[in-house]
Amino acid sequence: MHIDVGHVLRHSASLPYADLVTRSTGAAVRRCIEAELAGLSEGDVATLDFTHIGMMDYSCADEVVAKLLLDLARRGARPSSLVFHGITDAHVEAIEDVLLHHGLALVVHFADGAARLIGAASDDERALWQLVHLRGASDVADLARESARESADILVVLEALLDRRLLKREGSTFAPIGVAA
Amino acid sequence: MTAVITVPSSLDDLSFEQVLDQLAAHPPDAKVIVDARHCSFASPYGLTALLTLAQTRSERPTFLPPEDADKLTYWARAGFFRYAEELYDVQGVVPRPRSASESDVLLELTPITQSDDVHTVVERIKDKATQILTNRLHLISRATMGFTMALSEACQNIVEHAGRGGWVMVQVYQYRKRLGGRQVCVIAVCDAGVGFRRSLESSPRRPLTDRWDDGFALETAVVNGISRYGDPGRGQGLKGIRGYVHRWDGKLSVRSGTARIALVPPWDDDVPRRDNLAPFPGSQLQITIPEKSAA
Repeated sequence: MHIDVGHVLRHSASLPYADLVTRSTGAAVRRCIEAELAGLSEGDVATLDFTHIGMMDYSCADEVVAKLLLDLARRGARPSSLVFHGITDAHVEAIEDVLLHHGLALVVHFADGAARLIGAASDDERALWQLVHLRGASDVADLARESARESADILVVLEALLDRRLLKREGSTFAPIGVAA
Repeated sequence: MTAVITVPSSLDDLSFEQVLDQLAAHPPDAKVIVDARHCSFASPYGLTALLTLAQTRSERPTFLPPEDADKLTYWARAGFFRYAEELYDVQGVVPRPRSASESDVLLELTPITQSDDVHTVVERIKDKATQILTNRLHLISRATMGFTMALSEACQNIVEHAGRGGWVMVQVYQYRKRLGGRQVCVIAVCDAGVGFRRSLESSPRRPLTDRWDDGFALETAVVNGISRYGDPGRGQGLKGIRGYVHRWDGKLSVRSGTARIALVPPWDDDVPRRDNLAPFPGSQLQITIPEKSAA
């Protein structure tokens, strides 16, 4: 599922703005996004597209990003993963700050196509996420060999990334989520 | 009896205390004349604070504008008289402001009462801010993004906490007192609302301590990021402002009630906290971002 956040802002939330600023705006947009996500099936990946959003402030990021992720996690809700697309410098600072504040992490795809894991993640989580992102779907043995680590050690980290919906399972492999088209 | 409150010749966040010291002796229903005839410089903080001062008076005060024609024109361009005429009996003839596009003020005095006003401020300033911060303050683009975010959060504090409207103003000027005459960009956001202490007192999140006063309330909110709302995501606006100011070697000062705290950069010699100031309702915030040093 692809959700154009700019469209949500201007049409679903009926707010005539280009920027995600103020907490009340963020709350209105989040409620609209939650309504759309309710229609997803288990295991789907939803992409939130920020291409048509100007800037985002901390309060709005707390509503649109952190509260959305927290609500999804709390309710064990669908979809299984959420990916942010079209992120620019005008968004990333606020997003990263609120993620760190709540101990959350997220996969973001920048406007230039680059993907990054941002927010609260350990060095191990970041390194393995990066490795999976570079290699594509990989099994534990390959990842252990590539990172010169014990399989049992990295399995713990990979499971944590799965729990946090930052990677997905594909058969016996671990795969990146929401690779931008 | 009518009291005359003399506005210092240079009016900024620190010298505004002289205005409040004079005002402290007169109850809100006392008639006052605010005399700015000899004021030759007013920072955005000075202008926004003068408007909020009038809001705190139950007896409509009188205002004597600067005598110097250039200063008078600047105050008009900043939009001061547009709002002052609603709050003061402004004496004499003041110039009509020219259109905003002719103004050299980054953001003229702008009232903030609701969320839509914050959107309006962001829409109006973001492109111009990027251009000025890049060209005049030589900051990188990431700094300009953070600037607009900090401005947005500072304005939202009025909407979320003050309980009444306030004003914002943004200006770039040469900082003569320090920094070797480098340019600074200054955001001033002032309101005459409930202030930090009363805002936090309405919440169970208020720390229980015998030391509770305006200064403690300011530290609780500005330094520790605690808001009156129970939501754990609250309080990030001021935290974000603090981070931004620190990252770009700026200065943040917040006054509320009888106290003022400041995040003081190495280029300034302000003190981190002042208590027992003359009382003044609401919150008055100033962010100063300096031109990037050539060194």
